[in-house]
Amino acid sequence: MAFTHRHLIDITEYSRDDIMLMLETAAKFKEVNERRIKQVPTLKGATIVNMFNEPSTRTRSSFEIAEKRLSANSLNFGGSSTSTVKGESLSDTVETLCAYKIDMIIVRDKHAGVPRKIADLSGVHVIDAGDGKHQHPTQALLDLFSIWEEKGSFEGLNVGVVGDIAHSRVCGSLLPALKIMGANTVAIAPPTLLPARPDILGADEVSTDMDSVLPDLDVVYMLRVQRERLEGAPFPSLREYNQLFGLTQARDRLMKPDAIVCHPGPINRGVELDSFMADHPERSVILDQVYAGILVRMAALYLLLGGSNDGIDA
Amino acid sequence: MALMLKGARCIDPQVGLDEVCDILIRDGKIVEVGHDLSMEKGEERDLTGKIVVPGLVDMHVHLREPGYEQKEDIASGTRAAAHGGFTAVCAMPNTNPVIDNAVGVEYVRARANEVGKCRVIVSGACTKGLAGEILAEMGDMHAHGVCAFTDDGHGVQSSGMMRRVMDYASQFDCVVMPHCQDDSLVGEGQVNEGVASTRLGMLGWPAEGEELEIARDIALCRLTGCPLHIQHITTARGLEMVRQAKAEGLPVTCEVTPHHMFLTEDDIDDTYPTALKVNPPLRTSDDAVALVEGVVDGTVDAIVTDHAPHTDWEKDREFELAPFGMIGLETSLGAVLTNLVAKGIIDYDKMVQVMAVNPRAILRQEPVKLEAGSTADLTVFDPSEEWTVERAGFYSKAGNAGFMGCTFTGKATDAYVGGYATMEDGVVVE
Repeated sequence: MAFTHRHLIDITEYSRDDIMLMLETAAKFKEVNERRIKQVPTLKGATIVNMFNEPSTRTRSSFEIAEKRLSANSLNFGGSSTSTVKGESLSDTVETLCAYKIDMIIVRDKHAGVPRKIADLSGVHVIDAGDGKHQHPTQALLDLFSIWEEKGSFEGLNVGVVGDIAHSRVCGSLLPALKIMGANTVAIAPPTLLPARPDILGADEVSTDMDSVLPDLDVVYMLRVQRERLEGAPFPSLREYNQLFGLTQARDRLMKPDAIVCHPGPINRGVELDSFMADHPERSVILDQVYAGILVRMAALYLLLGGSNDGIDA
Repeated sequence: MALMLKGARCIDPQVGLDEVCDILIRDGKIVEVGHDLSMEKGEERDLTGKIVVPGLVDMHVHLREPGYEQKEDIASGTRAAAHGGFTAVCAMPNTNPVIDNAVGVEYVRARANEVGKCRVIVSGACTKGLAGEILAEMGDMHAHGVCAFTDDGHGVQSSGMMRRVMDYASQFDCVVMPHCQDDSLVGEGQVNEGVASTRLGMLGWPAEGEELEIARDIALCRLTGCPLHIQHITTARGLEMVRQAKAEGLPVTCEVTPHHMFLTEDDIDDTYPTALKVNPPLRTSDDAVALVEGVVDGTVDAIVTDHAPHTDWEKDREFELAPFGMIGLETSLGAVLTNLVAKGIIDYDKMVQVMAVNPRAILRQEPVKLEAGSTADLTVFDPSEEWTVERAGFYSKAGNAGFMGCTFTGKATDAYVGGYATMEDGVVVE
């Protein structure tokens, strides 16, 4: 099947087949990651810029590892030394990068729409590593990968996403991605943390009553309480949040026996997740998600840069 | 020096005129409107196929001078106005320094006299520095020719302060023109709260953030008796409040922009076009339809552009960092002719009413009529000229036009201010 995308910016531009190809490719990269020397020459010679204009450790590390395992040349560009801090415009920064003759830009920015703008300006491949409150497509893909590994398919799966949906770029990609794959979705949050139109994102249902919804869920996706991104105070206290929307040990009995728990990390223990759930040997797939991040990012780099098949088979 | 405009269709609902005739102008005034007029000496213009109306007035324009001349100045902004067919604009006071005292008023008036290509009606701030805290010297500004007060760009947040503004302003024959925005609701809102804010992943600017202040200011109008003109109304419910206030007999008027009527939040696609970032934001298609109905039924008194020029480098950046505003002086008439008149939604009489007659009345300006004795401020347009909006054609310094690339039918060709041509055959006269 032909994969024709040049960018991974908006997950809604990807079809079910595109996403399945991405997941299947990711699965093939498992073998590389289980070798003693975890590197293949697939993207040798490709230059990838990790343009992280906002602090990020986990996502950037995950991309860097994926790039290195595929032998791409990568350059970290950003942080507190960004040209933006010195007053350079985004356009000028991107044009400067392009003058380096690069092949791909991985971009994280606190402003929505930046990856698209970079794609239009640069002409090189672009992966959105999170733009403002908008999207974070590789996170959605790694979430799908973990769910797929556990559940085998998406059709008819009941997935509940709990927490700060209004300010979550994770949800901006995950909810539409789940809809594309045929899952049923329910957004669970206090009204102060819901976007104006959850249906536009892809939420089939909205609930403020976690306990009434939990028994139906195959996947419970807990969002991080983003303390740094909460304008005003959308709930009275972390204590009350934990009581109403935290996945506590007490809620375990409400869940399906085979329900799994996902979280994009980093976890606020005692807020959205009790340690009992975070470390639950059967339910928690949180560390599998981290590993899946490497796999789907390798897959995305590979498919977008059109690497030869040698890498996987080598 | 006499000027004869020959053969145009002359339309003025104020005098019940709509027929092909000649207009004779001398010493800045209309001397005669009639058939087969002749004169002994003077310039004659053949305007066959064109339409002449009382000069258009845009009562909501940011000329940006003093302080932001990189975006626009009085010379370029008034040329853009003339090019768009306007013979007068009302300049907003949110310059740097803010026009909140008589010195500022005199500066703008002097510059307009020196370099302007249309009349510049100066509005003054309601509060010092637009901060919403201390009354500006409205009396002094009024004595220096200000006929409207506004803190445009900001809502006056405190109800008590807004009451004081309106109470105080009511002693002058002046309208107070609020920009309705409740900051605690709007916050850092970027686009209409709802589909657009969710789809684009940006903070929403809710309709209620505008409607609450409209409701409040109508109540304060009732309390103080001060004439109230709601700026750039964008929502169906906000308009309904104005409709009810008018039915009650309150001295309330309002304005809408072409962009809020003819563009919607759905036009903001995933390229994050910053030209469409305006304040208040583009709303839903239902709101846009309601605004057009408001023009038709008379609830809307004026069509204005809220011409808000910015430099390319200010607009060419992240959507959330780009400033609000789009330019409109050179596209307004074309947009209205194409989207309202040509479609039969309104007739020329109504267009003249909302783009010339009512703005003058609200701003306490002498009426301009197509009859003997009136000041010869006239707009001439070709109703059939098809043209495409492009940067190259602008007299404005700025290029942040929301209608860029649109094709319109109908374009201003000539404009006269006090009998002098400011534009002839589509070219601004220098």
